[in-house]
Amino acid sequence: MDYVRAFIVGGLICVIGQILIDKTSLTPARILVSFVTAGVILTAVGVYEPIVKFGGAGATVPLPGFGYTLAKGAIKAVNEMGVLGAFTGGVRAAAGGITAAIVFGYLIAVLFNPKMKR
Amino acid sequence: MDIKQEKIKKEYQVYVQRKMPGSNLLRDCIMAFLVGGIICTIGQLVSNLGKTVFDFNTEEASAFTSITMIFLGALLTGMGVYDDIGKYGGAGSVVPITGFANSIVSPAMEFKREGYVFGVGAKLFSIAGPVLIYGISASVLAGLIYSFIK
Repeated sequence: MDYVRAFIVGGLICVIGQILIDKTSLTPARILVSFVTAGVILTAVGVYEPIVKFGGAGATVPLPGFGYTLAKGAIKAVNEMGVLGAFTGGVRAAAGGITAAIVFGYLIAVLFNPKMKR
Repeated sequence: MDIKQEKIKKEYQVYVQRKMPGSNLLRDCIMAFLVGGIICTIGQLVSNLGKTVFDFNTEEASAFTSITMIFLGALLTGMGVYDDIGKYGGAGSVVPITGFANSIVSPAMEFKREGYVFGVGAKLFSIAGPVLIYGISASVLAGLIYSFIK
């Protein structure tokens, strides 16, 4: 059942992105930036947490989920250590993803070459 | 002469309109829904595997899922498969975190000939940079506001 919920929630978030691409002049790069930022804001106001509870990976795998991890980490760290946590919590929570993106991104870019345009 | 040119212009516009790939919103949305949904379902599978096989708690499973999905997205981009998925999936391939990995590998690979520092190293962040800047800044702001109103 959690697979069905992940499929539906994840699919719907992508449909929002598709509508934005088709109906506005937003490029995919701007979609990525807006979705991460939107994820941070929605988490901060308490809207995204219930979506994650319901959708599981359907809410955490799309990019608003990255914003969710950042915002949740920052707020949790503020609870633990005060104002300083605002600066340490976000990146600490997202460290795995950020590091994986840099290391795997670099390795793959070095090992592979772009395919010839067909 | 003018009339003739006008006619040619009009015919050309009709021709262009006929040849342009129909941007069918409904079809695009269905494809984005399916491709995005499938990617998230795979993410759920990875997360569940992490919880059952490696005994991860929710936070660990979430980090494990991000790392695995980013690896898969990067690898498929390197192999040239992700571009094909993107052709059909549209936003369904852009919005999941695998699309973030794609946005890192694709320009880095493309600009390798400019060297390993300003080619691969710099282009790695051409899209990831803005994403991290706005994402991290927003999270700091959220944390600061929260610490004041708490």
